[in-house]
Amino acid sequence: MSTLVVAEHEGGSINQSSLSAIAAAGAISEGNSISVLLAGSGSSLQEAASHAASSLPSVSQVLVADSDILTHPLAEPWADLVHLVQQKGSYSHIVSSSSSFGKNILPRAAALLDVSPITDVIRVSGPRLFVRPIYAGNALCTVQYTGADPCMLTIRATSFALPQMPAESKSHAAPISQVDLSTFSEVALGKSRWLKHTSLEIERPDLGNARIVVTGGRGLKSAENFKLLEKLAENLGAAVGATRAAVDDGYVPNELQVGQTGKIVAPELYMAFGVSGAIQHLAGMRDSKVIVAVNKDGDAPIFQVADYGLVGDLFQVIPELLEKLPGKK
Amino acid sequence: MKIMVAVKRVVDYAVKIRVKPDKSGVETKNVKMSMNPFCEIALEEALRIKESGKASEVIAVSMGPAQCIDTLRTGLAMGADRAIHVSTDAPLFPLSVAKLLKALVEAENPGLLILGKQAIDDDCNQTGQMVAGLLKWPQGTFASKVILDKEKQVVEVDREVDGGLETLSLDLPAVITTDLRLNQPRYATLPNIMKAKSKVIKKVTPEELNMEIKPDLELVEVTEPPKRKAGVILSSVDELIDKLKNEAHVL
Repeated sequence: MSTLVVAEHEGGSINQSSLSAIAAAGAISEGNSISVLLAGSGSSLQEAASHAASSLPSVSQVLVADSDILTHPLAEPWADLVHLVQQKGSYSHIVSSSSSFGKNILPRAAALLDVSPITDVIRVSGPRLFVRPIYAGNALCTVQYTGADPCMLTIRATSFALPQMPAESKSHAAPISQVDLSTFSEVALGKSRWLKHTSLEIERPDLGNARIVVTGGRGLKSAENFKLLEKLAENLGAAVGATRAAVDDGYVPNELQVGQTGKIVAPELYMAFGVSGAIQHLAGMRDSKVIVAVNKDGDAPIFQVADYGLVGDLFQVIPELLEKLPGKK
Repeated sequence: MKIMVAVKRVVDYAVKIRVKPDKSGVETKNVKMSMNPFCEIALEEALRIKESGKASEVIAVSMGPAQCIDTLRTGLAMGADRAIHVSTDAPLFPLSVAKLLKALVEAENPGLLILGKQAIDDDCNQTGQMVAGLLKWPQGTFASKVILDKEKQVVEVDREVDGGLETLSLDLPAVITTDLRLNQPRYATLPNIMKAKSKVIKKVTPEELNMEIKPDLELVEVTEPPKRKAGVILSSVDELIDKLKNEAHVL
């Protein structure tokens, strides 16, 4: 058994969601040999590679593909890269996280390898047996992969605990090798160009792995009112999320959407304000450890999944919370 | 330029689904079925491109049992010019769908293939990426904005990614998969529903497309997710803070 983890990195270290992918790879079988593939260009790539090699005991090899073509996460060269690395390494499994990166690249690579990928895996029940949510999490489906190697998965990061990260030690250092890109097929390359990336710069924890998430729905009524929620998030050291309705009405940008088609979160504490609880939204947060719901409508479906419910006007509740839970600063 | 749009028939998004007692799947008998919402957005985008004069024809395609014709009829009523039904009762996973789509693309030569980013039944989010890979076409997945430049034969796509928005420029022909905010799909009007009845739905079989459907996945069982235990309704903010601090220990 040998697994290739297609990892993302940023600022010289591996992303949290890719660490979860490494944890999932470890669950496939005992003694599974795990190789991590990192690609991109420049010094932060090399830094991420040495970080991975020295700080992740379960990793037996780090592969580095350094090329300007791979600077941006374009699906065409990345899928070709995964194809190329698989042909050389003949892995039994290829895993990545179900991030927008993994969802974009892995299925394309799977098609090149003529295998069916399995997306959004939440449990590894056996080397080829996996559980994944369907119908927005309203049902769980167990699937058996019966095809040829490699078996390809994207995993839901919130379902796999991060591997232990001991302080960097000299005793463990996985070998780092460069991927030979001389035979890189360029059939689909040059047909796509990366133009730009825009995001809002906020100094709050990342929605995907924050310990506390506070979410607003249509009940917030305006972008102006969302600031109230942002203040609460600040006091609690929390990330801010939103329902599709709130995003569609323009209160906040799309990247804050939690739900079936937005971010999947599973924080220790999830606080929903003015959220009705559509199944598509519940799909994105139902695995949170503690759920709090504040809504004027006592019949709102969100109360069916909430551990603690408060039927009331959020415009009274949030200011009271702000007063009674002052920020640490 | 032709645009091909793939549409899938799924359990209506508003239906509360039921898992079958024998765990073989989700109940679909006597359940309202509709076009997958993301596919509606895909079709709407194709229709808008055609209406702006940048495309000549919109072809809707669907795969599966005979009932898919209803979904195609809906697509024709929205404004697609004609439809193709790949008729099969075999279980279809995204890899097979992608291969069938590739065969249809090779027969029809569209300049754009637009799909929904995922179907709301299996939530796979794979088919668009896979057919793009098989065709060696560039892909713009999770699109929230599409600008087609007919002169230059490129399409600029804004993509909804984890950390914000990403903008790509793709040479045509290309594959696009649609996210929720790309557009608001139209409703079919009664005259258009009537008109759609005379539009052509061509039927083909996988065999005619030289495709043998060999699934490499086996559905073992479908179960209900674990239920969250019922919570409590509290009476005040003070009580809430107390519970979060002293019972749940999360503050």
